[in-house]
Amino acid sequence: LGHDIHFHDKKIALLEAGPRKEYDHMPDSYSNRVSSISPGSATLLSSCGAWDHVCSLRLKPFRRMQVWDACSEAMIVFEKDDLDDMGYIVENDVIMSALTKQLDAVAGRVEVFYRSRAVGYTWPLPSHSCDASPWVQVELADGRRLQTKLLIGADGHNSVVRKEAEIKNIEHKYDQSAVVATLHLSEATDNNVAWQRFLPTGPIALLPLSDTTSSLVWSTSHDHASELLAMDEESFVDSINSAFWSNINHSDFIDAAGAMFRSAISLLKASGAAVRQLPPSVARVDGESRALFPLGLGHATEYVQHRLALIGDAAHRVHPLAGQGVNLGFGDIACLAHHLSAAAFNGRDLGSLKHLLKFETERQRHNVSLIAATDVLKRLYSTTLTPLVLLRTWGLQATNALPPVKVRI
Amino acid sequence: SQLSLFRFTVKRPLSTLRSSVDSKEIKKFQLLAHKWWDEEGEYAALHSMNDIRVPFIRDTLLSMSTNYHLGNPLSGIRILDVGCGGGLLSEPLGRLGASVTGIDPVEDNIRTADRHKSFDPVLAKRIQYKCSSLEEIVEESMETFDVIVASEVVEHVADLETFIKCCSQVLKPEGSLFITTINKTQLSYVLGIVIAEKIMGIVPEGTHEWEKFVPPEELQRLLESNGFSVRTVNGMLYNPLSRSWSWVQSKSLNYAVHAVKSGARAQSHTSDTPPERDTQQRSATAGTVP
Repeated sequence: LGHDIHFHDKKIALLEAGPRKEYDHMPDSYSNRVSSISPGSATLLSSCGAWDHVCSLRLKPFRRMQVWDACSEAMIVFEKDDLDDMGYIVENDVIMSALTKQLDAVAGRVEVFYRSRAVGYTWPLPSHSCDASPWVQVELADGRRLQTKLLIGADGHNSVVRKEAEIKNIEHKYDQSAVVATLHLSEATDNNVAWQRFLPTGPIALLPLSDTTSSLVWSTSHDHASELLAMDEESFVDSINSAFWSNINHSDFIDAAGAMFRSAISLLKASGAAVRQLPPSVARVDGESRALFPLGLGHATEYVQHRLALIGDAAHRVHPLAGQGVNLGFGDIACLAHHLSAAAFNGRDLGSLKHLLKFETERQRHNVSLIAATDVLKRLYSTTLTPLVLLRTWGLQATNALPPVKVRI
Repeated sequence: SQLSLFRFTVKRPLSTLRSSVDSKEIKKFQLLAHKWWDEEGEYAALHSMNDIRVPFIRDTLLSMSTNYHLGNPLSGIRILDVGCGGGLLSEPLGRLGASVTGIDPVEDNIRTADRHKSFDPVLAKRIQYKCSSLEEIVEESMETFDVIVASEVVEHVADLETFIKCCSQVLKPEGSLFITTINKTQLSYVLGIVIAEKIMGIVPEGTHEWEKFVPPEELQRLLESNGFSVRTVNGMLYNPLSRSWSWVQSKSLNYAVHAVKSGARAQSHTSDTPPERDTQQRSATAGTVP
């Protein structure tokens, strides 16, 4: 918003609980918190000049994504026909640094309060003839008071802003945690493929960081996750390799049924089965990089109220299996910025519900279907029950063979 | 003594001498003064009219200017908002950078407008409100303003020609006049009064009198015979279901006009004097004709 021309004479304050993060060059080791950035999100970052900084620090584009089941041979491959990148794996710190640089460029309009915390919010009363200020008042931990026409809550899935505004949140804790780590591969490779395998305990994903390193995101039961964190490095690496390579969950019945379906497809459509690539094997893990965090689903019933908008995880929280969490947030930003920019050019009061509701409708329509689909996939793949495995095996094989459906995904 | 009488009437807000303000109209608006800023309330249709009238004014002015900044498009422009009410149109124009003077004959409206702008430090400086009719500010504001907006006002005015003449006097040469109002047609009676007021309550009942609606042809004639050149006349339509306005071909209901005051100063003087002579002649003969 600071870079938007229609915001030329507006003032924006950003409250950030963490410290300022800016890097001129990245340390040798990779951070274990990474995100899969979609091309749409890259375009957004590019529109405010941040993407150039990301590229000059480091990122890994990937061209292909292979997703397969642990219980059958079914697999689906996503790749673009043209040689475009499907997405980019970027460390979160890199994005933060790029954004910090771009914030500095508009320091006249945007003031960032690092290491700050809001302790109180006063919402404007709906009554229109009161004498108190009709703006939102925010009280900071250091005693300062700010007042604003529009408060944007981007404070994560445990959003305090959302709670203070008494917006109901539909929540569900998955009985899963995600284990993240930075891994070193056995041998250097092009490494431009993202891998994900659905195990009965949860999906395990390998996201490329460089020719020799990849990032691990393994969603599994809480107990297994703690075990993974506690075990020694060699056992940890063995578990990962076995998770990707082992066929222990296959049953003859499913394999036969799957093979039959595959031949049926290849009768109808010659190129129906894609080439199966083999994921890289892992040699070792970066010592300090193992970490875990619990997973859950969340969706706020309202994204907006008078003078308030929620974006990102504060509005919705998804399972990492689709790699969409941060991209949904970027989508929220692009949409809200578009509506606020138009409102500013029309001389509107920025906190007015009219254009905020347009943002909410647009994003809810988009987000709800994706969040629901992600949740369904998570539940569908959490079982070894034969009928469901068969269903998803055939479903995945069919989806792999149908270009229109794949493109939509 | 005639001079002191003149001064006395100028100070009173409810001037009835050669005035374009109708005292019955004032009473109607007094009752609703506190409802102005409820976006979903009685004035919802006026709030949503901003979505087309603000871009109309903004884009017309931008197209007539050569150097402007998109971040502050109306900066440096002095606008007079006649019949500003609670300030619904003054505020967005102020936010776009203009210096706005809002006038309204109803004191409660001005008070509401003043209080609403006081919470925003930027607007508080850019907008000035005055409880006044148009005639009352003519003397001190000759050729002061770059733009006059008279939105949803001329259908409430007692003497339209006087109103237009006053607009011309306070506008700079080549200044712009924006008017939005309601056409006088059978359709506007049915939709604008029967349905909008009595049935659907889109407009508070009694707000409008069909007799005072102005057909665009007549408005255009009055404007052009008083030194204005009419540049645009656009039809407007309100959709009560979506609560939004749009531009339409037909002017049989609501319409908007953009007119520009002619450039040469001499012209505006000569168009003033003949009518005055007419009035003098009429009053001279009034006593003699039985």
